[in-house]
Amino acid sequence: MIDKLLPCLLSGVSVGGQYALIAVGYTMVYGILRLINFAHGDIFTAAGFFMVYLAASLPLSLSLPLVILLTVALGFAVERVAYKPLRSAPRMSVMISAIGVSYLLQNLMWYITGGLAKQYPVIPWLSTSIAIGPTSTKIVTLFTPVLTIILSVALVTLIRRTKIGMAMRAVSRDFETARLMGIKIDSVISATFIIGSFLAAVGSVLYFSNYTSVTPTIGAMPGLKAFVAAVFGGIGSIPGAVIGAFVIGICENIIKMLGYTTFSDAFTFALLIVILLFKPTGLFGEKISEKV
Amino acid sequence: MSLLQVKNLKVNFGGIEALKGISFNVDQGQIVTLIGANGAGKSTTLRAISSLVYPSEGSIYYEGRDITRLDPQKIVEMGIAMVPEGRRVFSNLTVNENLLIGAYLRKDKAAIAKDMDHVYDIFPRLGERHWQLAGTLSGGEQQMLAVGRGMMSRPKILMMDEPSLGLAPMVVQDIFRIIKRLNEEGMTILLIEQNANAALHAAHYGYVLETGHVAMQGTGRELLENRQVREAYLGKSAKR
Ligand SMILES: Nc1ncnc2c1ncn2[C@@H]1O[C@H](COP(=O)(O)OP(=O)(O)O)[C@@H](O)[C@H]1O
Ligand SMILES: [Mg+2]
Repeated sequence: MIDKLLPCLLSGVSVGGQYALIAVGYTMVYGILRLINFAHGDIFTAAGFFMVYLAASLPLSLSLPLVILLTVALGFAVERVAYKPLRSAPRMSVMISAIGVSYLLQNLMWYITGGLAKQYPVIPWLSTSIAIGPTSTKIVTLFTPVLTIILSVALVTLIRRTKIGMAMRAVSRDFETARLMGIKIDSVISATFIIGSFLAAVGSVLYFSNYTSVTPTIGAMPGLKAFVAAVFGGIGSIPGAVIGAFVIGICENIIKMLGYTTFSDAFTFALLIVILLFKPTGLFGEKISEKV
Repeated sequence: MSLLQVKNLKVNFGGIEALKGISFNVDQGQIVTLIGANGAGKSTTLRAISSLVYPSEGSIYYEGRDITRLDPQKIVEMGIAMVPEGRRVFSNLTVNENLLIGAYLRKDKAAIAKDMDHVYDIFPRLGERHWQLAGTLSGGEQQMLAVGRGMMSRPKILMMDEPSLGLAPMVVQDIFRIIKRLNEEGMTILLIEQNANAALHAAHYGYVLETGHVAMQGTGRELLENRQVREAYLGKSAKR
C-alpha cells in the first residue's frame, strides 16, 4: 500500500500542478472581466501544436521560448479581436464570443493537422527518470509542482506588491473609476491574458511531456478540470485555484490507485456539482454582495 | 480666461438628450457649484469633462486648450481629477493603496510620499486606518478617502460629485470645511450638490441645472437670495 501511495501522491501533485497552471488563467480572466474564457483550454492545446511544429525544424532551445511567445501572442490576439470590442456589451455576448473562439480554434487545429494525433517531441531533460526511494519517476513529475508553486508565488507577489498588480486589482473592482485614476484598462486586461497564456504554455510543455501526443480536442479535459479547480478554490482567487488544482490532482490519483480509474473524471465533476450546491463561492471566493 | 470652459455641451444616451447644450466657466482659484434635482444632468456633465462619456456636440476647454474627447488618462494627466458620485473607493485595496492609485500616472516618488502625508494631515482618521481595506471604512471615511485619492494626482481642478450624499449632518459639515480648506490652499473646485444650501454658501459662483440646460447662474449669494432658487431648491432650509 505505502509503496503505491508515494508514486500516487507524486503523480497527484504533478497532475495538480498542470491543472493549476491552466486554472490560474481562468481565474484571473474571470476576476477582471467576469468572463469564463472558454477558449483557454484551446489556447493550451494550441501551445502543444506550436511545439510539435516548431520542434520539427528547430532545436528545443529555440522552440521552447518560441512556443511561449506564440501562445502569449495568441491569447493576446483572442482578447483584442473577440472580447475587447464587446467591452460594454452584456456579459452574455462576451461569453458567446468566447465559445465561438473556442470552436474556431478547435476547427482550425483540425484543419491544419488533419485530425491526426501528433507526437509531442521528447524534452530530454524533463523525461529523464530518477529514483525516489523504491520507485522511479520522470523528472517532470517532480519538477511540475515545484515550478507551479514558484510561478504562483511570483504571480501573487506581482499582484500584491507591484503597481501593475495594484492596477489589476483596481480594474477587477471598478473599470470606470480605474479609468478616472488614469489606468488604461485595456492594457491591464491584455496583461491578464498575457500572464494566463504564458502559464498555459508552461503547463502545456509539462503536460505533453507526460502524455506525448497532441490532438485538437485534447485540451478540453484538462481545461475543464482546471476550470473546476478554479471554481473549487473560489473563482477570482489565484491561491484558491492553485490549491483547488492540487486537491483535484491528488484525489484523482488516489481514486485511480484504489482501482476506480473509470470514475476519476466523474469525481471532478461530482465535486463541481457539490461545490455549486453547497458553497458556490468556493474556498476563497469573495461574496458577490461584497461588491459595491 | 477661465481655467475650465464648457461650451454648448450636448450628451445623448441612445436618443435621450441628457445634456441639451450647457455652458459654464470655472475660474482659477474658485469654488464653482452646479446644483440641480436628480436627473438634471450634473453627473453627466462631470463624466463628459473626464471623457467617461463623449459629447455629441460642444467643446470643453482647459487652460485655453480644447480637451473634448481626449482619453480619460490624458485628462487626469493635464490636471483634472474627479471624485465620483457614490465615493467609488476600491474596496479591495487598502487606504494607502487607494491613495497611491490616485497618483497612478505620477513618477515622482518622493513628492507622492509628501502628498500622502498631506492627505493624512487633512484626514487624520485615514492615517489611523492606512492599512485597512477601504471597504471596511464608514461612509464618511470612504468619502474622505475618495477626496484624498482625487488630490493625489495633483490636480489643478478637483471635480466632486455630490460628496455629501448619504452622510450624517456632522460629516457633511466636515466635508464642506475640507472643501473650503483645499480651496484656500489654491485648489480650484467644481462641486456638484443636491444640498444646494451648503453648496451655495461655500461657492463663489453657481449654476442651476434643470433637465439638461442651465436655468440660472450667479454668485453663491445671488442664487441664495433668488426667489425661484429658494422655492425650488432650498425649501425651508433657506431661512437658515
Ligand atoms: N449611462 C446612461 N445611460 C442612459 N441614460 C443615462 C445614463 N447616465 C445618465 N443617464 C440619464 O441622463 C440624465 C441625467 O443623469 P445624471 O447626469 O446622472 O443626473 P444627475 O447627476 O444630475 O442626477 C438622467 O435622465 C439619466 O437617467
Ligand atoms: Mg448624479
